[in-house]
Amino acid sequence: MSAIIKVEHLTRVFDVSKPWLNRVIERLPRALLTAVSDVSFEIEENSVYALVGESGSGKSTIGKIMVGLVAPSEGSVQVEDVDLATETDATKVEAVRANIQMIFQDPFASLNPRWRVRDVIAEPVAAKGGDTTGLAEKLLEQVGLSAADAGKYPHEFSGGQRQRICIARALASEPKIIVCDEPTSALDVSVQAQVLNLMSDLREELGLTYLFISHDLTVVQHMADRIGVLYLGRLVEEAPRDVLFDDPKHPYTQMLFAAAPKMDGFGREIDPPKGEIPDAINPPTGCAFHPRCPLAIERCSVERPEMRNLGATRVACHLAE
Amino acid sequence: MTDTPVLSVRNLVVEIPTRHGLLRPVDDVSYDIEAGEILGVVGESGAGKSMTGNAVIGLLDPPARITSGEILLSGQPIHNLERSALRRLRGKKMGMIFQDPLTSLNPLLTIGDQLSETILEHLDISQTQARKRAIAALEEVGIPAASARINSYPHEFSGGMRQRVVIALALCAEPDLIIADEPTTALDVSVQAQIMALLKRLCRDRGVAVMLVTHDMGVIAEAADRVAVMYAGRLAELGAVREVLTNARHPYTAGLMASTPLASQGRKRLRQIPGAMPRLGALPTGCAFHPRCDHAQDQCRQEPGPTLDRCDGRAACWFPIGADTKEEAQA
Repeated sequence: MSAIIKVEHLTRVFDVSKPWLNRVIERLPRALLTAVSDVSFEIEENSVYALVGESGSGKSTIGKIMVGLVAPSEGSVQVEDVDLATETDATKVEAVRANIQMIFQDPFASLNPRWRVRDVIAEPVAAKGGDTTGLAEKLLEQVGLSAADAGKYPHEFSGGQRQRICIARALASEPKIIVCDEPTSALDVSVQAQVLNLMSDLREELGLTYLFISHDLTVVQHMADRIGVLYLGRLVEEAPRDVLFDDPKHPYTQMLFAAAPKMDGFGREIDPPKGEIPDAINPPTGCAFHPRCPLAIERCSVERPEMRNLGATRVACHLAE
Repeated sequence: MTDTPVLSVRNLVVEIPTRHGLLRPVDDVSYDIEAGEILGVVGESGAGKSMTGNAVIGLLDPPARITSGEILLSGQPIHNLERSALRRLRGKKMGMIFQDPLTSLNPLLTIGDQLSETILEHLDISQTQARKRAIAALEEVGIPAASARINSYPHEFSGGMRQRVVIALALCAEPDLIIADEPTTALDVSVQAQIMALLKRLCRDRGVAVMLVTHDMGVIAEAADRVAVMYAGRLAELGAVREVLTNARHPYTAGLMASTPLASQGRKRLRQIPGAMPRLGALPTGCAFHPRCDHAQDQCRQEPGPTLDRCDGRAACWFPIGADTKEEAQA
């Protein structure tokens, strides 16, 4: 299998400084927030790649860079060997854009309330002047709604149904890749199951590739083929699903797994993890995790660990073995 | 004291009159919580779990009101109290922890002011003593350098630290009952683990009764002693947490468990409950769950679902799972 998406040394820095005048008066330096820092990975065709991490780990930023909503500061994302940020050939960019679509977290905020469902779904095709006759109806049936729903407005649907509409819209331009940013975290468990099943079915039917962004480890374990764990904008560990869950190498991954509530953990007493995610504006020196790490040694606070291969796992830790 | 449960809810009904008729977000709900016990209340959005919590602490937004049933706090009825009397109880006898720690703290007051205000309202002590108590409360919930941070404003704290402040606020007048409404939903996994460990410790050490409202079955499994599953305003199932989660009797609980992705299931398809929770204005006749239930029979479609005290006290279902298999086995 070949890599359909290549992410190389991706970095994104946001300027979160106060306005110029405030900086002068209050004598503040510029504040730069590094949301994504030197992240590299590849996604194979027709696979599900999951990015997990807590808030502020940069997972959504990577998703946005991938679809071209945010430009990278350094490094590149190549979708089918085209770098959307630098490519100048308009036909190539058009082709790739149609091939990558996104599903957002909140189905209440991501559908235009003034548009009929038919127009919402057909928009990706209509925008390029394509033929949209019967398209919305066909897609609605594909995602488990009825063709008659095309004439309704988004407010007439429940959360799970709206997320199905979002999926139908993402499918309209017949993409190969779908970036799913927390697609089920706004949904109830029983509805989440419906949406996850639908996503698995569509993947098999249409040969889709998913970038699945989530903070929910159980969902990720259910969906993903390969998982990347992010911490403070850095990829700390990456491995095939079973390898990662059976034998997490990075102390952060281990901490995350231990802290996640278990369905069968009746009365489980754990030593809760220490500390919180540090400030991304002034990240710790060396390994970003060292202030919370139980294994940290002198070297961790000085030298940022490189990604290295350990069996099937790639891990960024000086001590992991 | 030992025999009276801290909280006793009896046949509670909450109604909201609307233009489209009377809605019942809470319908005939009964349960007890003992001292030192954590009762988990689970259900999907719209099941009435938060509404039950708000009814207990007297924070129902009009026109929602309690129309029948009783709420007893340490044996004393509190559902019919005047606003002012209820206000004295809130904070003193009952504390509340809300989902979003940012909106439940006043952004214009330092956390020290907010804590002392609550303490002075309920305890007859001096300003300086109140401040000392506030610092002690912050230390108890694990805020480092409490005496320095007491003069900070809520925005200077991180989400997890803010939730600790809210817990300190709920605990500072030493209540007997705490209602925690989705206390960790807005927090990250590692911080959630810290907050849940804190809640469990406080419950154990102080013998506080906790009503833990959440939709996260994992949190319930790890923290709760007993669990109440709600569906469309009614209690679907009530029992010891291990029993209910591993051996569900109500088809809704069973469906909820099966649709949660579990580690052991691997890549198998999730079992899904068809459809969605009905809206309160359009409840189906009979048992509210019957259109989504695999086991539904004619009785379920015609007669309203049984209340817990009318069946085995565990699952509010005409044909609970396990019961009919037993009968089949006998037959």
